[in-house]
Amino acid sequence: MLARIEITEAESQQTLEQLSGVFGLIEKMQAIDTTDVAPMAHAQDVVARLRPDAVTESDQKELFQSVAPAVEDGLYLVPRVIE
Amino acid sequence: MIDSSLRALSDKLAAREISSVELTRAYLARIDAHNAAVNAYITVDPEASLAQAEAADKRIAKGEAQPLTGIPIAHKDIWCARDWRTTCGSRMLENFRAPYDAHVIQRFNDSGAVNLGKTNMDEFAMGSSNETSWFGPVRNPWDQQRVPGGSSGGSAAAVAAAMAPAATGTDTGGSIRQPASLCGISGLKPTYGLVSRYGMIAFASSLDQGGPLARSAEDLALLLDVMVGFDPRDSTSLERPEEDYSRMLDAPLSGLRIGLPREYFSEGISDEVRAAVETAIGEYRKLGATTVEVGLPASELSVPAYYVIAPAEASSNLSRYDGVRYGFRAEEYTDLLDMYCKTRAQGFGAEVKRRILIGTYVLSHGYYDAYYLKAQKIRRLIARDFAQAFEQCDVIMSPTSPSTAFGIGDRTTDPVQMYLSDIFTIAANLAGLPGMSIPCGIDSAGLPIGLQLIGNYFSEARMLNAAHLFQTNTDWHTRKSPVAAS
Amino acid sequence: MDWEIVIGLETHAQLSTRSKIFSGASTDFGSTPNTQACAVDIALPGVLPVLNVDAVDKAVRFGIAVGATVNRRSVFARKNYFYPDLPKGYQISQFEIPVVEGGQLVIQTGGVEKTVHLTRAHLEEDAGKSLHEDYQGMTGIDLNRAGTPLLEIVTEPDMRSAEEAVEYAKTLHALVRWIDICDGNMQEGSFRCDANVSVRKKGSDQLGTRREIKNLNSFRFLQQAIEYEAQWQIEQIEDGGRIVQATVLFDPDSGQTRLMRTKEDAHDYRYFPDPDLLPLEIDDAWLERTRQNMPELPVARRQRYQTELGLSDQDAVLLVSDRDTADYFEATLSKVEGNDRRAAAKLTANWINGELAAALNRAELELQASPVSAAALAGLVSRVIDKTLSSKLAKDVFEGLWKGEGSADEIIDKRGLRQISDSGAIEKLVDDVIAANEQQVADYLGGKQKAFNALVGQVMKASKGKANPAQVNQILKQKLDKS
Repeated sequence: MLARIEITEAESQQTLEQLSGVFGLIEKMQAIDTTDVAPMAHAQDVVARLRPDAVTESDQKELFQSVAPAVEDGLYLVPRVIE
Repeated sequence: MIDSSLRALSDKLAAREISSVELTRAYLARIDAHNAAVNAYITVDPEASLAQAEAADKRIAKGEAQPLTGIPIAHKDIWCARDWRTTCGSRMLENFRAPYDAHVIQRFNDSGAVNLGKTNMDEFAMGSSNETSWFGPVRNPWDQQRVPGGSSGGSAAAVAAAMAPAATGTDTGGSIRQPASLCGISGLKPTYGLVSRYGMIAFASSLDQGGPLARSAEDLALLLDVMVGFDPRDSTSLERPEEDYSRMLDAPLSGLRIGLPREYFSEGISDEVRAAVETAIGEYRKLGATTVEVGLPASELSVPAYYVIAPAEASSNLSRYDGVRYGFRAEEYTDLLDMYCKTRAQGFGAEVKRRILIGTYVLSHGYYDAYYLKAQKIRRLIARDFAQAFEQCDVIMSPTSPSTAFGIGDRTTDPVQMYLSDIFTIAANLAGLPGMSIPCGIDSAGLPIGLQLIGNYFSEARMLNAAHLFQTNTDWHTRKSPVAAS
Repeated sequence: MDWEIVIGLETHAQLSTRSKIFSGASTDFGSTPNTQACAVDIALPGVLPVLNVDAVDKAVRFGIAVGATVNRRSVFARKNYFYPDLPKGYQISQFEIPVVEGGQLVIQTGGVEKTVHLTRAHLEEDAGKSLHEDYQGMTGIDLNRAGTPLLEIVTEPDMRSAEEAVEYAKTLHALVRWIDICDGNMQEGSFRCDANVSVRKKGSDQLGTRREIKNLNSFRFLQQAIEYEAQWQIEQIEDGGRIVQATVLFDPDSGQTRLMRTKEDAHDYRYFPDPDLLPLEIDDAWLERTRQNMPELPVARRQRYQTELGLSDQDAVLLVSDRDTADYFEATLSKVEGNDRRAAAKLTANWINGELAAALNRAELELQASPVSAAALAGLVSRVIDKTLSSKLAKDVFEGLWKGEGSADEIIDKRGLRQISDSGAIEKLVDDVIAANEQQVADYLGGKQKAFNALVGQVMKASKGKANPAQVNQILKQKLDKS
């Protein structure tokens, strides 16, 4: 389950039907030849902006953890991870 | 008061004819009266809004006002704002209080504007009808059995119902322009990179762009002045000299070359939409513009390319919603994997889940080249088409949407049907170009029709000029929805 | 059956920047959990990454130092997988186009030099930490480490033994500290190795199926793990089994490797270029600047010490194990008196690698904090070379230097440790001892060699250890043989 989403049998069936329509749509892309075309990720041909190496953030643990579902001793709690 | 332009409101505030508190109260009252029916707002906080209004009044009294000081603005619930809930229309963030302000929210706060409330939207901005929200569908103020468009449906409906003088939205595949069109108001999606995405909950990073919705091009310009600006916290934010977007509003139109893409005037457009748009273009000719037919041959691939790129980026952007550090967490689960799966199954709605699955699939091993990479190549072809078209014209015009507002529930069973309502708006997002929608007619069912303008990169001021002159010579943008009139 | 072991190493070196690679939070180690995890690090909705220039600079420095190609344009990609210590549900890394490609490192095992080729080195962010102590059966997540810059350095499968792998790891470790890009603190997790191990019949040019041993954070574990794994693979194959590609973990307690996951269970990372980041561009000026500022690298220094100063490879390798030591060595040597530079170098090296190293170890001090300065040590070494001081007494002087009793000369004078090399004085001592030890003398003349040593001992004792032993030997023998 790459997407980590649980779906029921019924949902699965319906999703499959809907998705096949979408994939039919997507297949249309294969009709066009793009051999010598470079992929485009960003409209403007800009490059990465680099920021200086400085510590600009302070400790906001209390604030950030005020919205967390489960915290103890300042740690985020999750079901035991088995390695 | 609710008919005034933003500039007029600003003048009234400065002249102390009204106070920001009074103005804000007036809108809060309208929200109170109409939100149950329209459902444009997810969160309203009168105390917070009025506190800002009071501060604005003080500032005005000191003579330190800016154009938007004291003006209440509604914000699509996709912008993180401290001390407010930010839900993104989803159960996943139903009770999420962002511990920081989005760059855009900060800019509005600094300008002295008043946060009027957080508007409803399609869940995680995925949708074209505002029917996927966890908080219920938004109803079109022109006909409450119909959709307002999406994903910024709440913002568009709020402005169209006079429940806000102006609002912010975001546009990934048409989510500002299409609801603006369906709700009879004006909306603008800026050139990609002009408005900071820091604090704007991400859907498809390379396509998302925040922008204004209002009742006129004139108003949009004032909002754009505040929204546009370099932000070092967003690596895709562009550093450019500051612009006054109102500077050429009244420039004469003669000599404007309008490009009409033949692919955008083909079948599939309703007759009334076609007629209204053609009449509008006729109006432009009267004002001195010329028209030329242009070709955008890769257009028909914009929908498939979009429905590969957007879900792919979204599937990755939404991986952070796992119930660990914030947001919804399922109540019962057996182990970690189960927690992830149940949290996401319960926290996300059907459309979001569908797009995550599509996105996961198109990026998966063995499919990357055929889908994602291919779509990015098609994207370049689309951008090239526009570049070539802009050699022959200054602005491209078309209908914003092939139809007017459809009925709630009409298109929810077949996603492809829904996706095709974005057919005219999507290409501008893929190319990163600025796009606008302004009202240009009302159909026989009393539903608004929108005219789309697509400009070359960074040509917003020119586009606003073209829109403004149209609005000076016609009155479609002044028509009121039944809710606004009541 | 003659087997050949084939090893490739992947090393994650934490770059010693002040702030994280994509956010402005601090990278300090050991802070209270989640106090150094800002909005970007905990992946709140709406946050975005912005690249740290110093992380890039350190990567460029590494590329130049290993003679690699620094790509003018490289791309950041998202590596998608779910794990609680990975807040975004993806790691920002580099996939198709890394910042550094190629390169090599020269290692030395048993006096033989070998070149290990590098495939690539790329920038990426570190994940947080999972603490499995009991929180009612839950795991606790600390995100302080999330976002710390890493340079992942990958070698070709060039190594043929655990020794070579360890030597490579040590050489790489020394290099990254030398060029000041990583503090190399393995206990703190700043330098972690994964080893890819496979076996094949000697003479074959096909690679066997490899298994990856993850997260080895000491040279000792690296060696043990590789040895165990190679042996295990050989036994499997000799028993008629097949090796299945897999990831394994090393258990230091049992000394064994055990399966973590097989290739089938492996993640599909769905790499794609990160749309929140633009391509990284590094221009010629940047590369030139880096070349200009590059210090003389450890391998070059080691080679110079061996050829110009005649140091043995053991001595040289120890001196270049870190830059401070090598600099200290040169500073000391420059102040040591005497014309025989090679002798001076050898002696200086011995003192640094021997007494000084041991003393620092005992006191748990770094060389930077040494109470014995280079100049002070040079003073000591000079006196040993000019025979003012015997080696034995030199140790006492060293102790004096360590305690801050003054310079070598001052201590020698204060304690009266000047070596007696005046033959006249020694002759007198020898005469006295011969006179007082008739039996020993008789024994020696009767053929007992041991008696001679005893007499030498007596002379040394009489001189309170200050007599020059070589001269004592010579003079005593002379006198005894004459008689």
